[in-house]
Amino acid sequence: MNAAVLKTPLMPTQRASFGQRLLANRSFVIGAVLVGLVIVLAGLAGVLAPFDPLKGNFRARMLPPDMSHWMGTDHFGRDILSRVLFGARISLMIGFTVALITGVAGVVIGALAGYFRPLDGPIMRVMDAFMAFPSIILAIAVSSVLGASVFNVIIALSIAATPHTARVVRAAVLVVREMEYVEAARALGAGHARILLRHVLANAMAPLVVRITYVFAVAILNEAVLSFIGVGPPPPAPTFGAIIANGRDFIVAAPWITVAPGLAILLSVLGLNLLGDGLRDVLDPRMTVVTR
Amino acid sequence: MGRFIVRRLLASIPVLFLVSLITFGLLWLVPGDPASVFLDASASAEALTRVRHELGLDRPFVLRMGDWYARLLQGDLGTSLLLNRSVTSAILERLPVTLSLTALAFVISVMIGVAAGVLAAVRHGRAADQGMMTLALLGLSIPEFWLGLVLIWLVAVMLPIFPAGDYVPFMQNPWQWARHIALPTFTLACVQMGFMARMSRSSMLEVLGQDFVRTARAKGLPESYIVMRHGLVNAMVPIVTVMGIMVGALLGGAVVTEQVFSIPGLGRLIIGAVLSRDFPLIQGGLLFLALIYLVVNIAVDVLYAVVDPRVRLQ
Repeated sequence: MNAAVLKTPLMPTQRASFGQRLLANRSFVIGAVLVGLVIVLAGLAGVLAPFDPLKGNFRARMLPPDMSHWMGTDHFGRDILSRVLFGARISLMIGFTVALITGVAGVVIGALAGYFRPLDGPIMRVMDAFMAFPSIILAIAVSSVLGASVFNVIIALSIAATPHTARVVRAAVLVVREMEYVEAARALGAGHARILLRHVLANAMAPLVVRITYVFAVAILNEAVLSFIGVGPPPPAPTFGAIIANGRDFIVAAPWITVAPGLAILLSVLGLNLLGDGLRDVLDPRMTVVTR
Repeated sequence: MGRFIVRRLLASIPVLFLVSLITFGLLWLVPGDPASVFLDASASAEALTRVRHELGLDRPFVLRMGDWYARLLQGDLGTSLLLNRSVTSAILERLPVTLSLTALAFVISVMIGVAAGVLAAVRHGRAADQGMMTLALLGLSIPEFWLGLVLIWLVAVMLPIFPAGDYVPFMQNPWQWARHIALPTFTLACVQMGFMARMSRSSMLEVLGQDFVRTARAKGLPESYIVMRHGLVNAMVPIVTVMGIMVGALLGGAVVTEQVFSIPGLGRLIIGAVLSRDFPLIQGGLLFLALIYLVVNIAVDVLYAVVDPRVRLQ
């Protein structure tokens, strides 16, 4: 018997652990690196930003990228790199909060509809009605009606994202509630709360986790749209969308104002989408792609 | 078939009712007095009273709601505070522009998206598959309005054949119209193309893994026949469903894209209303967009029942 034989795994069919499968997934790893990078850059914005994101310098207006201003300056002489770094903070914060609120609301609504049959029809009709509005338009309208603030943007984006999430949770609950182990739990005398929390929801989590990752990505995109249109967090907050809106009038003379924040959005959203794809492949291979 | 259509139409009534209720309820979310939100702080008491009266705020809630539905059933969405004209006619005037932009982008994203998805599925795991899926993911991750701006910049600098702005209606000059609509259409289609490609690929992969495809191969049928007749026809079922959902995303995207390219469509009307807090116009715009979406999805469901008899019997 030689060493090579001993080194081969004893059980080649043994299933890799969840963590191992995630790390073996290229989408997940690239996505995690991208998202991690964006989070670190945003977190360290206070240390990394070379200038004050809000303070203009009239002697340094509309400078193209150079050694002192890596991404150039805008028409007030504000450093774009510093604005983008601080903008990432606001975007990530809004995106994360929207994902969190949507996740909780989606689970509550989806679980009620999927588990308690009489509630299913009414709840899902209401969700259908919300989904009849293009989500970005609903968010724009709600944000404008409530008035521009970070808090209201979060509310508006959560209202726009919740119905689809509730539908995803409901679909998962509908499948799981028919499983034999749920019937077994019921036969053993478990109550609704226990069955729902310990057996149904615990096993319906996979599509939710994937969906929440995409909600995060879409929230960043939609927050940028709200800011760009002028119903986002009020100026002078350096959000991605607001920086792009500032650069719009100078798109030919000073394209760097517009290009840099757009690339920042692209990288963040791409990272989250890759992360979501990776999670989907590992958690729930049969799930289909999610819409914006 | 007739019974299916009737059933489908009846089923959409509660949703339609809820949609109108949500639109009506939007005015409720306004913190404080909507009339003073529309007017600025220096407005006179008479002006406030007038706007309050126009919005119906000087009357009890139940009456206001009854009024809203009575007018809604006659197709009357009220009077725009800003334009001082009927909301319905203002919307109908702008609608063709938005619909043509949406329809063009729809056709392009479906054609290119489905083709790319099928090709990627057939070439599963190879360079063509990976390349196209990377492109699709990029498309999904790009902010639409930013892509539009970057295109305006690139085209202005390098390829000044596409004008940016100064929209020309089709009836006035079809060639000029095509030049003006090309960039916005491409911008709008990019995202949905990526979405469609990913969807078609996963649907195709699932069908191509089925037993009847193996049987077809074993019978010695040509691969192209298998892909088109056995694969794509079956893979189309989920794709058609998604097309309905896509219309919503396209309408939303069109609103934003119109803003970037200064196209005088429904989107610019709504955004103008949003920025000036013209509540009747915001409500009317929302209601119209939702209505278009619901009608398209009824059409999709009917189409679905035509393609797949099992749906009719459910």
